[in-house]
Amino acid sequence: MPLMKPNIDVGIVGYGCYIPMYRLPAKEVNRIWNDGQGGVPIKEKAVGGPDEDTMTIGLEAARNALARAQIDPRQIGAVWVGSESHPYAVKPTSTIIAEAIGATPATQGADWQFACKAGTETIQAGIGFVAGGMARYVLGIGADTAQGRPGDALEFTAASGGAAFVIGAAEESLAVFEATYSHVTDTPDFWRRPTTHYPSHGQRFTGEPAYFHHVLSAAQTIMAELGYTAQDFAYVILHQPNRKFPERAAAELGFEKEQWVTGLLSPVVGNTYAGASVLGLTAVLDIAQPGDKILCVSFGSGAGSDAFVINTTDRLPDKQKSAPTTQDYINRRVEIDYATYVRYRSKLKMH
Amino acid sequence: MTTEIARHWRLNSQRYQLVGEVCPKCGVKMFPPRDVCLECADDTRQPDYQFSGRGEVYSFTTVHNAPEGYQESTPYTVALVKLEEGPLITAQLTDVANSEVEIGMPVEMVTRKLRTQGEEGVIIYGYKFRPRLSVAG
Ligand SMILES: [Zn+2]
Repeated sequence: MPLMKPNIDVGIVGYGCYIPMYRLPAKEVNRIWNDGQGGVPIKEKAVGGPDEDTMTIGLEAARNALARAQIDPRQIGAVWVGSESHPYAVKPTSTIIAEAIGATPATQGADWQFACKAGTETIQAGIGFVAGGMARYVLGIGADTAQGRPGDALEFTAASGGAAFVIGAAEESLAVFEATYSHVTDTPDFWRRPTTHYPSHGQRFTGEPAYFHHVLSAAQTIMAELGYTAQDFAYVILHQPNRKFPERAAAELGFEKEQWVTGLLSPVVGNTYAGASVLGLTAVLDIAQPGDKILCVSFGSGAGSDAFVINTTDRLPDKQKSAPTTQDYINRRVEIDYATYVRYRSKLKMH
Repeated sequence: MTTEIARHWRLNSQRYQLVGEVCPKCGVKMFPPRDVCLECADDTRQPDYQFSGRGEVYSFTTVHNAPEGYQESTPYTVALVKLEEGPLITAQLTDVANSEVEIGMPVEMVTRKLRTQGEEGVIIYGYKFRPRLSVAG
């Protein structure tokens, strides 16, 4: 059986998200680069302020996850941060977050990278770490301050945000992992070399052989292996680089709009890369009811997808309001123009 | 552990977690930690106290000419924040337009980039305060 399923049930003890308050409308990007002509892939994207980065985003999400988990941070045996925009090339983000939440020094810190699926990898590995008795809790985080080259198609959507999850024993969990599955191949759809600031992408590679192949294969495999069809799920969350891709993939898998709409945030926050599918998951956990079955599938270029089947428990309702919800952050919104965006995201060279 | 590492740790918990002290004698809460109680002058070792991070703007000023390392964020507002537990603390405000800051505005602590030491230096993170997030429900 290709699925990954621990011998001991493991789940989510606490979750939290963070979305910066600034929004860059896609029509504003169009005004600058396309004379205001042409369609836009989303309505607007979340942009971090000048004092925000992947560490600060991951940290606030982690603090919200701990507010829901209500555990002693010294019992967190690993702090893992998945991102493609770690503030340092050398020096972990995870140690800063671990220290700021009070998990140091007896904890395992590591930074992960796999484009947009770096966040879900920390959860997958965390399941194994907890089930194997290596740690009582693992803190898994996916966060990014994604950047597109000015004028590139990615600039409409590349956004900032993140989510964090405290992984622990099923008996303490607000949602339990039924199984997980990972599907990867060597696909050069999107990349960035170490010394360059902006990513490159192979236009023809981004749709069919990359996103759709991996997301659909991962979803179909985990559903088939567990004997489920789309009708068995209350919610589905797919990686969301725009609005069109996840809607088309969800429909192809047999899901209806009411199953995907709660977890589809890209139209109003953009593509938060390693934060994208996990932010969709926090939005669903904010309103799900005990006994709901959730399918969550990430996608990272390069390429691969991690799929999870998650069942909520009766511990969930008490936790939902213990920290700001995903919608609270979406509602906290200040629109900015392109010039402010350029300043906030350091696209101006001052020296 | 060397004293230098210990001092660095202590500074980190102040900067990241707003850890101060509570006087074992009179109960006054202090930030930053000090050797002698400000109220009763007791000088026994004071236990750590983690502040909630909630407070309100007590006074403020907008900075237009910033010191080295802070120029990228001008103009910005620095406030004297009165913490719920009593102490006053000086900090930069964030996620707010300078024109919207008011005395008495409820704020909460967040950890943000304070400054960077050039393109190649370390990033200094620490506390700032932002308007308190309204939590649904
Ligand atoms: Zn005293």
